[in-house]
Amino acid sequence: MALKPVNAVVVGAGAGGGIVAKELAEAGLSVVLLERGKWYTAFDCRKDDLRNQRTSVLGCAFGPDDEHFRRVVVDEKGNERIVVPSDGAYSNNAACVGGGTFSYGAMAWRYMEQDFHLRSTYGAVEGSTLDDWPLRYDDLEPYYEKAEWELGVSGDDSANVFRAPRKKPLPMPPLAPSREHVLLEAAAKRLGLHPFHIPMLRNTVPYNGRGACMRCRWCVGFACEVNAKNGTQNTVIPKALATGNCELRTECIAKEILTNPQGRVTGVAYFDENGTLRDQSADLVVVSGSATETPRLLLNSRSPMFPNGLGNRYDLVGRNLQGHAYAGAYGLMEGEVYDDLGPGATIAICDYNHGNPGLVGGGMLCNEFIRLPIHFAGLRAPGIPRWGAGHKEFMRKFFKRTLAVHGPVQEMPVFDSRVQVDPRVKDDWGIPVVRLSGSTHPHTLEVARFVASRAEAWLKEAGATKTWLKLPGKGVSGGQHQAGTCRMGDDPKSSVVNRYCQVHDVDNLYVVDGSVHVNNGGFNPVLTIMAIAYHASDHLVKSCKGVHGRA
Amino acid sequence: MSRRAKITRRKFIGIAMAAAAAGPLASCSRLVSPWRVLTAEEAQTLGAMCERLIPADQDSGAAWAGVVIFIDRQLAGTYKKLRKSYRQGLAGTDQTSQRHFGRSFAELNARQQEEILTMLEKGRAQGDAWKQLSSGEFFDLVLAHTMQGFYGDPRHGGNREGVSWKMVGLPYPPIRGRLHYDLSRPERS
Repeated sequence: MALKPVNAVVVGAGAGGGIVAKELAEAGLSVVLLERGKWYTAFDCRKDDLRNQRTSVLGCAFGPDDEHFRRVVVDEKGNERIVVPSDGAYSNNAACVGGGTFSYGAMAWRYMEQDFHLRSTYGAVEGSTLDDWPLRYDDLEPYYEKAEWELGVSGDDSANVFRAPRKKPLPMPPLAPSREHVLLEAAAKRLGLHPFHIPMLRNTVPYNGRGACMRCRWCVGFACEVNAKNGTQNTVIPKALATGNCELRTECIAKEILTNPQGRVTGVAYFDENGTLRDQSADLVVVSGSATETPRLLLNSRSPMFPNGLGNRYDLVGRNLQGHAYAGAYGLMEGEVYDDLGPGATIAICDYNHGNPGLVGGGMLCNEFIRLPIHFAGLRAPGIPRWGAGHKEFMRKFFKRTLAVHGPVQEMPVFDSRVQVDPRVKDDWGIPVVRLSGSTHPHTLEVARFVASRAEAWLKEAGATKTWLKLPGKGVSGGQHQAGTCRMGDDPKSSVVNRYCQVHDVDNLYVVDGSVHVNNGGFNPVLTIMAIAYHASDHLVKSCKGVHGRA
Repeated sequence: MSRRAKITRRKFIGIAMAAAAAGPLASCSRLVSPWRVLTAEEAQTLGAMCERLIPADQDSGAAWAGVVIFIDRQLAGTYKKLRKSYRQGLAGTDQTSQRHFGRSFAELNARQQEEILTMLEKGRAQGDAWKQLSSGEFFDLVLAHTMQGFYGDPRHGGNREGVSWKMVGLPYPPIRGRLHYDLSRPERS
């Protein structure tokens, strides 16, 4: 069934899609924003430590649900199995208005200058498709700033001597330091490191008409009860809707992108909330479904002109899937360090993001979000039994006497770590599902071991009497930081989109999400996704006003 | 006030009637024991296993905390796919206990139970019962669910009265946010 044509359809109301929808709507374009999930509010915040986006043993609180969605995961030995979203191997990101930004921890990092030209900085890495971005940090700087001020970021990175230059400070101050913060800050300084307050998309003072963080311990993975976390669902999406030019349609499952015989995109076919198949015509389509769902939609959009899917002329869509190789350490302390002051993660260092001897890249290190008792029960401290009296004694004694420092180690992209569509398995709408396969590059693991050893040294300096490392696995990476599967570049033979996120051989199709990252930085990627969305939107608005002329 | 109360009461009666009408249709469960999925024998074996995994000391253990209630409730919903594993595994645990000590698991003393659990954990338990599901897999399942039931949110049936949270030194009921605390001094107690 056909619907009234619009200027643009944006698929996915997450970090990227929410921003593009708002920018286009404010420029006067008519926009339909499709989202497969629901629009949750603080009403849906249950602080349930077994059912959230961090611990999903009883399901993902903000989607997708285990009943309708599935994926196929292929392990290193070639064994495949079907997994549901609550299984970690699914590499889930939330399905709701706001996407991951509704329930994230909200770290708001700018990548460093070197992150955009890793290949030129370090040279080639064997077995990796490591490359430079077509963009430089300077190209994105104004858009980073826009994201920081429009959505709202708190923190203070002025003590971070490694940061890329910023023109404007952050709009909000950091939270008052926790006991852990004070200890780690002093220890880092004694080691000659450069600790600072993590930038966070979190209100620490009233901002944008909403109040400040109340410092509870249920942060990452949960909805914010007081609406102090800033995602697209409480900032740019309401603004997009307020223009009167944007219509948000929730619980809509995109099936394929429609094309005409001239090779241009004409709209999106999707199943609405009642399961009815709809055709939404549009002058342009923006895909913002995340680095797993975006390539799935492109690969499922086959036609005589695009027999292998859209943007996939050179078999690049879905390749170079990466997330972050989390590395760090735990330490046991003599005295209590836990003070129940959320969100937990507050202090970071960027001393090991670059310039590590003999290694390519690295990662930021920071303290962890508060570990709930269920998380702590899963720690594998050496010499501590998994169960019985010894386990219980450990829990009782050390829950409040543990420090943890870890960080997202930048991954070396691997060509064969990829998203495909499965030839057999379909979801409840009959659409072929994501098939994940691949592995983590050995050098990434080497960097991770180094970064973990630095975390351990930091903890020891802070007074840890016993420490142990946390190292990433060898399997395919992805998760909530998933990126890389529709790489941006100047050369159509080695990339899927250009610097403006426009698919190389389809001029009215854009990909705006983590998929376009050439590499994923040694940081949580969301602010970069937002900056890229603003950057791409600028180009889109200019070209639409020039080319399409409807606005 | 009285008018408001009347409306509230009428509303309440309406809701109650609707619920009464919808209830039996919506879920046709006929419960004859406190358990939704487990049999009384299974619940006894499972309870004994959980209690050994997190035994009572100066703080209550898994049994008092309601870990079996948690698992039984999940087997009726989120974990319904695992019912067969539980049936097989619990039967296997009793079979292994019988073979080694001539009694069902729940009847063994603590030391014997630990011995059986270690055998299961290492995947060393033999017999017909463990052909489809290895004892190590079953042990990991029960251990993970015991941790969830003991340390997870009380709303799911376990962690009665927040016993594990109090044990690790967290306040229960939880303090929702701490912004009202004095954060101006870095050293607080």
